Amino acid sequence: MKNILQHINKAFDHRIRLGIMSILMVNEFADFNTLKELLGVTDGNLASHAKALEAENYIMIEKQFIGKKPNTRYMATKDGRKAFTQHIDALEKLIQKG
Amino acid sequence: MENYLQDIQDIRKMMDKSSQFLSLSGLSGVMAGVYALLGSFAIRHIAIVNYGHITLESYSFRLILAIGGAVLFLSVATAYALTLRKARKRGDTVFNSTSKRLAVNFMIPMVTGGLFALLLIRSQHYGLIAPITLIFYGLACVNASKYTLRDVRYLGLTIIVIGLVATYFIGYGLEFWALGFGVCHILYGSVMYFKYERK
Repeated sequence: MKNILQHINKAFDHRIRLGIMSILMVNEFADFNTLKELLGVTDGNLASHAKALEAENYIMIEKQFIGKKPNTRYMATKDGRKAFTQHIDALEKLIQKG
Repeated sequence: MENYLQDIQDIRKMMDKSSQFLSLSGLSGVMAGVYALLGSFAIRHIAIVNYGHITLESYSFRLILAIGGAVLFLSVATAYALTLRKARKRGDTVFNSTSKRLAVNFMIPMVTGGLFALLLIRSQHYGLIAPITLIFYGLACVNASKYTLRDVRYLGLTIIVIGLVATYFIGYGLEFWALGFGVCHILYGSVMYFKYERK
């Protein structure tokens, strides 16, 4: 049991961060508005949770301009993918035990 | 324990929702099939009246083009309206990143096939038009199916096979057209409707 709990990642222990990672696992990238719409969260909320994941080096944030509009793109890093996969595996094992 | 299960369900939901457009209406497929069948019967009637002899300059040919255009327009308009309704029911939007991806990936083979068919008319290969439009439409469905309900893939594969068979039996274009665009749409549309919508 202890072994499994080791892999439950605190960084993903929040609905919004879990959502951001889930989306970035199956999409090459997602922009700010897409994430906002899918998760149904406010700008500030999304930005702060994304920052937290970036601080862990789990996602990359890319700011660029499309014409004159600023556009922020998010993508999962290799570390992020690995950590999230381990997190899902741990979740599944916990459920099976329960 | 409850929380972990909820987490897994949330993860799966987000992965599906962000990568696939699931509000596509099956009923719109059924309607597209009905329009296609009606159009085919009308064109068949025109062909019989003209003893199967229709020139590009004739009034009958223009009528056939108009029927084809009407079928296309009605199908797209119905698909849009019914998909909008289904999306609203599900609390989803129609114009989002998944529907855009779906549309782009559908349109690439469709536009290619459309241009190809126009070039075939130019070089007077009329017999190939029905099979080619079927094949490219099938490819468009298969290509777009990665971004929507899985059933679209099987619809596409079936229509590709019908297109290939139609290439072998040239001269029965209209019949294969009715089978592919009419019967297949009604069949797969009904399956999708009963599977996902009638709940």
